[in-house]
Amino acid sequence: MVQLNASQKRDLGSGALIFAIGAGATLLGLQYPIGTLADIGPGLFPTTIGILLAVTGLVIGATRLEVHYKSSDNAPDWRGWGCIVGGTLAFAVLGLYFGLAVASFAIVFISALGDRNNSIPQAAMLAVAMVVVSIVVFWWALQLQMPLFKLG
Amino acid sequence: MIQQTLIDLWHGFGIALQPHNLMWAFFGVLVGNMVGVLPGLGALSAISILLPLTFVMHAVPALMMLAGIFYGCIYGGAIGAILLNLPTHPPHAVTCIDGYPMTKQGRGGTALGITMLASFFAASVGILVMIFFSPVLVGLAFKFGPSDIFAVMLLGLIAGSTMSGGSPLKGVAMTLVGMLCGVAGTDVSSGVIRFTFGLPDLADGVGLVAISMGLFGVADFLINVNKVSFVGGGTKVRLRDMRPSKAELRQSFLPMVRGTLVGTLFGALPGTGPTITTFIAYALERKIARDSERFGHGAIEGVASPEASSHAKTQVDFIPTMCLGIPGDAVMALLLGALMIQGIAPGPQLITEHPDLFWGLIASFWIGNILLVILNVPLIGIWVKLLQVPYRYLFPSALFFIAVGVFSTSNSLFQVIEVLVFGIVGAVFLKMRLPITPILLGFVLGPMVEENFRRALQLSHGDLSVFVTRPISATFIVISMLLIVGQVAAHVYGASRKDAILPRDDAAPQVQ
Repeated sequence: MVQLNASQKRDLGSGALIFAIGAGATLLGLQYPIGTLADIGPGLFPTTIGILLAVTGLVIGATRLEVHYKSSDNAPDWRGWGCIVGGTLAFAVLGLYFGLAVASFAIVFISALGDRNNSIPQAAMLAVAMVVVSIVVFWWALQLQMPLFKLG
Repeated sequence: MIQQTLIDLWHGFGIALQPHNLMWAFFGVLVGNMVGVLPGLGALSAISILLPLTFVMHAVPALMMLAGIFYGCIYGGAIGAILLNLPTHPPHAVTCIDGYPMTKQGRGGTALGITMLASFFAASVGILVMIFFSPVLVGLAFKFGPSDIFAVMLLGLIAGSTMSGGSPLKGVAMTLVGMLCGVAGTDVSSGVIRFTFGLPDLADGVGLVAISMGLFGVADFLINVNKVSFVGGGTKVRLRDMRPSKAELRQSFLPMVRGTLVGTLFGALPGTGPTITTFIAYALERKIARDSERFGHGAIEGVASPEASSHAKTQVDFIPTMCLGIPGDAVMALLLGALMIQGIAPGPQLITEHPDLFWGLIASFWIGNILLVILNVPLIGIWVKLLQVPYRYLFPSALFFIAVGVFSTSNSLFQVIEVLVFGIVGAVFLKMRLPITPILLGFVLGPMVEENFRRALQLSHGDLSVFVTRPISATFIVISMLLIVGQVAAHVYGASRKDAILPRDDAAPQVQ
């Protein structure tokens, strides 16, 4: 077994990922009618793309002829990722139930905490500043179609 | 013909100089200029974030603003490259090589002055090419049937995915992924709802704003959080320093012209990325220079030529987008999307049906470029200061603007979830060194490719030979095939050297 370096492993991984997307799209596409050449159905195009993707994925995984990258900092940053994803989700959920002001505060506050150098007061201050922007610019000036406050 | 063009252009200036339009063009170049200096935020993210704003605007100022962001950004990128050795945007990476040594020698102001001069000159040439070439192309475009449009788009897709730098195969894969994203929603021809995973919110398809903000905004934050802290120190540039001497002017004139030619040529080819253009312009200068050792130690030609090429390309890029409705790259795809959201069908009829838009836009290019030259003098200092705003304050605020902006596109919080999904997907792709800009190109072109393919076959009653018997379509199919064969051949004969020199447009690889 040949030892793979980091960039070759990554190519194997991306090949597999692309193959999986292609295979999935093909299976999904086949559920729609293919039609005939003169009258093509909605299934032909996605199925073709799916097959092409799967083939491309296989070739990428098989050749791995990419130039070698300097391995960059690959340590997972769960705090940063979690806070950005969580903050955005919080905006969607809180916006639905509590309105724009709460949602705006939540997205800025939570995502700011994702940066290790931000303290809780700093994040809160930034969030309050953005809530002001949110109220003045989006709610008042641009008439955003979301209530400022609501309950449930 | 030329007289008519000049009259149209005059009319365009009248529109572009209306205070309301002028204001938005000014706003666009200002934002673009600022974003161009800031690393991490590119024209794509700025246009994505401001796209919802254009929904409530008239089409003319909306497009002027978005275009202004695009070319303003390219002016800004040179500032970071020359003063701080920061390749804030990959096309300017090559400007660092000679621009930063000039700053270290105390000639940073001169480098910026030459850059501005070269940029303005190149942009003017690009605009002239656009003015006189567009009507010709439009005349030709009216002869295009569905099969021809399909063939041109195919060439655009293949060129866009294989020639923008990086691994061609990965570019193709990402373009296909983008086309797949474009499939979701209601099929126009049959009314069948496809690929929605049972979510009624997806029946109208994936939102253009959501996909672009996710890929170029949220994905960036996910990659950069806790990695980027602050960006650079301050450098003082005075107006007096920016005036190049006569000798320097003479020295940089021919490189400027050559760079412009390279940019114009590459701008006309769909799909060639801006990075490849500037690198070729630089390589050309170094090759024809009598004393090539000067390069890398502050050779003024190494600044003038690549910067000229990127500006010429930027302007010429608009030709296929405005005349054929076929975007050459991701930024153009986004602008095309903005047009369609305004209810304006892109294509050869655009110039005759919306002359205000077309000629107004061209005139605004010129005005915008003049504004940028004037603006840059007082603003450089401010932008350099702005680089000291810490990333930890920048990204949460930007994330908030993205969430509110995407919500406003259809007043639906589902769009926020879409942004998040594309952000995560984009970050995973970036981590795997898969280029993400081709996704947007595929996303915008995909549905058009499908529609034209189906229509062509409907008209020919299922006869596939229609793609090779019509001369226009046959030509483009042959070029597409040659491109693929060329790529494969280059790969087989070990031209991976090219990859080692050229960084790709988004995730720039570093050679060990």
